[in-house]
Amino acid sequence: MRELFTEHLIYWLILFLFMLGPYGMIFKKNLVKKLMSMNIMQVAVILFFLALGQKTGGTIPINLPGLIGAEHYINPLPHTLMLTAIVVSLATLGVSLGLLLTVQKRYGTLEEDELLRRMNQ
Amino acid sequence: MKEQLPALIVIVPLLIALLSPLVAYFSTRLLRGLGLTAAAVSFVSAVGALGHALTKGPWHYYFGNWAPPWGIEYVIDPLSGLMAVLVSFLSLVVLIYTDSFLREEGWLKQGIHYALYLLLTAGLLGMTVTGDVFNLYVFLEISSLSAYGLIASGGYKATVSAFRYVLVGTVGASFYLLGVGYLYAITGSLNMADLTVRLQPLLDSQAVLIAMVLILVGMGIKMALFPLHGWLPDAYTYSPPAAIPFIAGVMTKVMAYVLLRYFFFIFGVLNGFVPLVLEVVGWIAALGIILASVMAIAQSDFRRMLAFSSVAQVGYIGLGLSLGNMFGFIGAVFHIINHAIMKCCLFLVAGGVKWKTGEHLIEKYAEMSRRMPLTMGAFLLGAFSMVGIPPTAGFFSKWYLILGAIEKDLWIYVVVIILSSLLNAIYFFRVIEQAYLKKAPVAEREKFVEDKKPELPATMLVPIVVLGACILVVGILNEPLVSNILLMAFPGGGL
Repeated sequence: MRELFTEHLIYWLILFLFMLGPYGMIFKKNLVKKLMSMNIMQVAVILFFLALGQKTGGTIPINLPGLIGAEHYINPLPHTLMLTAIVVSLATLGVSLGLLLTVQKRYGTLEEDELLRRMNQ
Repeated sequence: MKEQLPALIVIVPLLIALLSPLVAYFSTRLLRGLGLTAAAVSFVSAVGALGHALTKGPWHYYFGNWAPPWGIEYVIDPLSGLMAVLVSFLSLVVLIYTDSFLREEGWLKQGIHYALYLLLTAGLLGMTVTGDVFNLYVFLEISSLSAYGLIASGGYKATVSAFRYVLVGTVGASFYLLGVGYLYAITGSLNMADLTVRLQPLLDSQAVLIAMVLILVGMGIKMALFPLHGWLPDAYTYSPPAAIPFIAGVMTKVMAYVLLRYFFFIFGVLNGFVPLVLEVVGWIAALGIILASVMAIAQSDFRRMLAFSSVAQVGYIGLGLSLGNMFGFIGAVFHIINHAIMKCCLFLVAGGVKWKTGEHLIEKYAEMSRRMPLTMGAFLLGAFSMVGIPPTAGFFSKWYLILGAIEKDLWIYVVVIILSSLLNAIYFFRVIEQAYLKKAPVAEREKFVEDKKPELPATMLVPIVVLGACILVVGILNEPLVSNILLMAFPGGGL
């Protein structure tokens, strides 16, 4: 049981978040909700990387006097990678919100069924 | 200067892309010159780098002089060099073509179009030449984001389909990134060459299998491998004619190249779970080839027909990948080249017809051969190549795929390839019949008989004719291309 909470639980939670994304994108009819689900999926991947970098008893990766050896520091590489991934997800969000604004202005709705009806008129 | 060639391939378009909106404010003619120069510089650098890779072996370029696996390296081997040449060549050709569509627009729209287009080029080129799996993800997102923007500029319907593409494409990218996370957790490395070495003893572990499947699904969505192709038909149909030839021609092919890179170079096709995964890919691809070809027959819009045919053609590349032998590899890479050139050419033709007559429906193509003889000649070559009639290029890639299938005793794939060629023939001959045999209605006929203007402006006609000629040239020169470049590109072959 202890092992579950200290080691595996975080990955199960991340998996749950990750699958929440496709679920929302498929079953929610509002385009903004779809967009939010997409973002949740990206966040799940970011959390996955951060969990990889974590280490029990590790501290921030700044060279502290007297603390020598890799086992005392957490792995900084996943964090730097995820900084890039966060920027990417921000850009994706910006582009898709811009697209949604245009759609809203032209068709006056963001509900998928109504949108499809108005598009085919 | 010469030792910096691999960096120039990517950096020049990237830099000009950032300057584009600013330059457009002062002069749109200067912008056009700069854009063409950037594409040309990256084409010349790619050719130079490929030449170096063919004569002196793979070229490893360390960015900022940080040695791998810590730093990011660019690797130009025959395969990535060839892809870089292909991408930069098509980028240059389509950039020449866009001028007529953009001339009427304001400076802001022109500037943004050039910026997005060059970013797309830089992203795709970066994906081909990078030797680092996370760097590949960044370039993947650069190219995808600019493609979303380009597609959305085609009007309101295009905006809706671009939004769908954003959702689906981001799912693909997330799957890919998760796969990279698995690989990083397993090996602690992100460098491709380093990964190859470190993965060898671990290939029987299930974690590697999961990483493999995640990367396959992610890239499968991006390359529109059946049944993950849902985003493609709408996106291709509604996007503006100035951008779609490049997107349709190159984007899905670069994603296919990434899969080839992973399965043939990083995992190795004979190890661990790879044959199992590839077998599944093969069956899915075979099913996709047939179903997408049937869907293409049902379309009345020329661009939509081409879009479904793209899904089918990507299936061929998947089939070559799944065969896992040398002929399969050659067939897949050859088909990447062929399909990029022919699909680009066909979409250029579609844009040309739209420019002249404002029509996309196949039934409006009646007697088009008399109105636009050169354009339709290029279309004829592209269609023959799609069907696979020698000596056009399409025949030879199908030939190598069939050889690969026979070598593995998978006769069902041979049947699939031949059957789908027949289906291709049905939907392309329908257009050929309209363009060459049907008579146009009298009222329309009078209009174009009196029309003494040339069929298209030179900036549009030249790219169409050049690509049409390329289809023939690649087909006729298939033997030197295969034995001098593709055999060298095969892992363990050549150098």
